[in-house]
Amino acid sequence: MSYLLPALTGLLCFTMLVAAIVAIRDRSMPVAILAAGLVSLVASVLFLILASPDVAMTEAAIGSGLTTFLLFFVLARVRAGEHDGEQS
Amino acid sequence: MIKRLIALALLAAVGSVFATLLFGYTPDAVLNLTARYYAEHTAADLGAANIVTAIVVTYRGLDTLGEVTVLFLAASIVGLVLAQGTQKKPRTPVPVGELLTTGARFLLPMILLLGVYVFVNGHLTPGGGFQGGAIIASGILLLLLADPLKHFSHGLISAIESVAGVIYVSIGLAGVFLAGGFLDNRILPLGTLGDLASAGAIPLIYSLIGLKVGAEFASILASLSETEEL
Repeated sequence: MSYLLPALTGLLCFTMLVAAIVAIRDRSMPVAILAAGLVSLVASVLFLILASPDVAMTEAAIGSGLTTFLLFFVLARVRAGEHDGEQS
Repeated sequence: MIKRLIALALLAAVGSVFATLLFGYTPDAVLNLTARYYAEHTAADLGAANIVTAIVVTYRGLDTLGEVTVLFLAASIVGLVLAQGTQKKPRTPVPVGELLTTGARFLLPMILLLGVYVFVNGHLTPGGGFQGGAIIASGILLLLLADPLKHFSHGLISAIESVAGVIYVSIGLAGVFLAGGFLDNRILPLGTLGDLASAGAIPLIYSLIGLKVGAEFASILASLSETEEL
């Protein structure tokens, strides 16, 4: 039982590192954005394990919710712009 | 090659700093002086069940006012910069899928409700104005994703934002005259610990902060969505 929390924390840290590397290295933009969102999501779970639910909520709402949405939104706009460029 | 070596050396230096921090860390056995004061006095003095909220809204209320002001400045500057690139001609949006349209229609009320719940219950449960405001703004962003041509009334957004700000500062000033000082929450009765209508002015202030933060994020998003040239 006492090893469960450290093991979970280690696993989450590992996931966070992998997601961060994927966010930097991946060629596909949506995958990179999702990976960046995953980094924030795992960070918020880690904040929860560290007994700070308020910070965890902020991280989940802004870091993984709003930022991921915003990046997708901008991506859609950039693609729409590329579309316009092809037409003209 | 040299660049890569420098980068690696920098990484190693930063890594060693963090490693020292990690290995030198010993958890405190007892709360330190400030933390103990907050832990012992919050419930009795301010009537707030969530100590973090009591610190954010009352003990360090001035800092929170500053944070909200910084966010307001950021939102106004984004609006100012993006307003210059606004074009009136209608644009052809990327077609949005059925899944997104239906999902947005289904989820939006629940997201807004969750946001309001989070900031109204800020003094009882984790979370508060900033988190609730961000949740509301993400609901509005979902609406914008599902319907890119939707226009938000900037007048309404800035009206909500300014009215919330003015009431927030007036409540703070009322604290100077009616209670112990600026942003003191004891201008209203404290009530019983754990009730929704307790902790004096904290739920009121945090709801106003929630509305203000939500409106600020929403205005940033609306300006982003209406701008043609970024």
